[in-house]
Amino acid sequence: MGENGNKRLLKRKRAEIRFQWIGRFAIFASGCALLILLTTILSTGTTAFFRTKMLVDVQLDKEAIGITSASREQVLQGDYYSITKQAIYNLFPAVTDRSDRRDLSSMLSSGAPDEVRDYLLENPSSLGKVASLWLTAESNLDQLHKGNIKKELDEVHRGISNRVVSWYDFLLREGRIKSFFNIGFLSSGDSRNPEQAGVWGAIVGSFYSLLVCFLISFPMGIAAAIYLEEFAPKNRITEIIEVNINNLAAVPSIIFGLLGLAILLNTFELPRSTPLVGGIVLALMTLPTIIIACRASLKAVPDSIRQGAMAMGASKTQAIFHHVLPLAMPGTLTGTIIGLAQALGETAPLLMIGMVAFIVDVPKSPMEPSASLPVQIYLWAESAERGFVEKTSAAIMVILAFLLLMNAAAVFLRTRFERRW
Amino acid sequence: MAMDVRERKESVEIAIEAKGGSVASVKPTRQVQTTIASKNVCVYYGDKQALFNISLEIGKCEITALIGPSGCGKSTFLRCLNRMNDVIEGCRVEGVITLDGRSIYDPKLDVVQLREQVGMVFQKPNPFPKSIYDNVAYGPRIHGLADSKDQLDQIVEDSLRRAGLFEEVKDRLHDSGTGLSGGQQQRLCIARAIAVNPEVILMDEPCSALDPIATAKIEDLMLELKENYTIVIVTHSMQQAARVSDRTGFFHIGELVEVGDTSQLFQKPKEKRTEDYIRGRFG
Repeated sequence: MGENGNKRLLKRKRAEIRFQWIGRFAIFASGCALLILLTTILSTGTTAFFRTKMLVDVQLDKEAIGITSASREQVLQGDYYSITKQAIYNLFPAVTDRSDRRDLSSMLSSGAPDEVRDYLLENPSSLGKVASLWLTAESNLDQLHKGNIKKELDEVHRGISNRVVSWYDFLLREGRIKSFFNIGFLSSGDSRNPEQAGVWGAIVGSFYSLLVCFLISFPMGIAAAIYLEEFAPKNRITEIIEVNINNLAAVPSIIFGLLGLAILLNTFELPRSTPLVGGIVLALMTLPTIIIACRASLKAVPDSIRQGAMAMGASKTQAIFHHVLPLAMPGTLTGTIIGLAQALGETAPLLMIGMVAFIVDVPKSPMEPSASLPVQIYLWAESAERGFVEKTSAAIMVILAFLLLMNAAAVFLRTRFERRW
Repeated sequence: MAMDVRERKESVEIAIEAKGGSVASVKPTRQVQTTIASKNVCVYYGDKQALFNISLEIGKCEITALIGPSGCGKSTFLRCLNRMNDVIEGCRVEGVITLDGRSIYDPKLDVVQLREQVGMVFQKPNPFPKSIYDNVAYGPRIHGLADSKDQLDQIVEDSLRRAGLFEEVKDRLHDSGTGLSGGQQQRLCIARAIAVNPEVILMDEPCSALDPIATAKIEDLMLELKENYTIVIVTHSMQQAARVSDRTGFFHIGELVEVGDTSQLFQKPKEKRTEDYIRGRFG
């Protein structure tokens, strides 16, 4: 080998090493980006899973509540607002000024009277007695306790007056302020008050949407894929259909939303803001993904299987349903789950069909107005209250958890049911 | 077209339905009963003609080998016999093929029924990725041949036995069929084919993917199966054709050049092209 040959070899080797390093750098960079994203979300969001509560002694006085007995109907009719207020006044007997007292009572969440009512519902015998209850604190106080609002800040920028901070310090010394695990975040619907807002309504809404989406897109997608791949004659028309299915997969999701708005809501007058409509729109989006995945899996099944079955006297449909489709199922399911995961995170089309509405109730069926996870994130992210910052991140954590779960299911299915032939 | 070169021993009249429904009569020339008769079969793939006027009779309980160079149309002809060409787009078959005197391209004939009578074994072993049992039981199941589980078990066992595979797999009937060795897989495919008790078994180069030992086993099996079944085998190996077959047909560029008793064809070919091929001068 001559001088030139050696040089070329060396050059080639260097190019190889260079390329490897570029690859390593690319992986490192994307890893860093992911790490930063996750750390930010985790560090902001974790506190949302805790809720600050305040220990107060509430006098469950019949007359103050305005009821005569502790029966269910009576308890539900009662007024708990004033006794809850009175309970916090009692902690600070020195505070008598009216506006000061208003500040004092605002340290408890506006949902606190309901908590008192719920306590009484569960413990009817405590009527007429004094009950020591942990009631949810107001959002700003919650943020102060979690350290998201710094005490050192100037009063103007802090959003909490110095007096409230001093009361908070007093209560903390008394042991009347404590953090609890925030079950409400995972079990209740949305609220205007950050300390009461939860994602359960959005989770249920998203679940119904995905259910509708799956029930429509999965059978339709498989039927379309089987027909196109196995039965359809290869001509101009099927070619055009094929190209358009691929194009459909690339259509921006908001356009599907507009379609849903124009056709489903305005023409067919389906109920607005419901998972039913959301699911149909998402199904349109997921359909091409499923068709493409299913067709690819069908194509990967060797022809010898079809021929073997048909030579045994199976009809084409039998050959497909007995042999080909079962072999194509793992790939199809993987594609379906990935399509559904995509649908779970889709926001834009849902905005168009009104799922962006503020809905407190947890939906009981796909026909009821409902929130959905990605839109919930969007709604909280644009809320002004300090308390919604952590909720936003926590909701992102919830949606990421579901996405991870779904992808894990896809990987599991792929490895578990993949067959070799 | 008088392609018949066989000795005339006894004539059996067989009615063959011609295309227009008129009945032509062909006089076979041997003692052996004819199972499949083809008359002037032409096959087209789109505009391209792949087979030219093939007239061939296949005797009952005989092994008929089809030999010839690659692309000569022998597999195409084989696939006409159980209408596997139907699924190939743009493929058109002309002429008459009869099975026991009945045209297999008769529109009234259900192709499912035909394939129950004419089984097929492919070049590459293609067991279904299911258990050995399910592979063999598939045919009887879809054709409703077994009334009970016991009967099905019996069919599966018999078929595996006749394919000479039962002893090797009896302890793992419910393991996947794809886990077997190549030769075992091919015998499984044969067991699968004979499970529906066909009249004819078509074999498309059944040994080309197998080693010599597995090949020898399949060949022995074919000789055993000959007792009950009519076998048509396409093969690249002239030695194989010479070893197993009773009659051999030589195909070249879409034509059936010569057909005759195997010993005659290999020792005293009548046609120049046959001789050249057998002597290895082309192909």
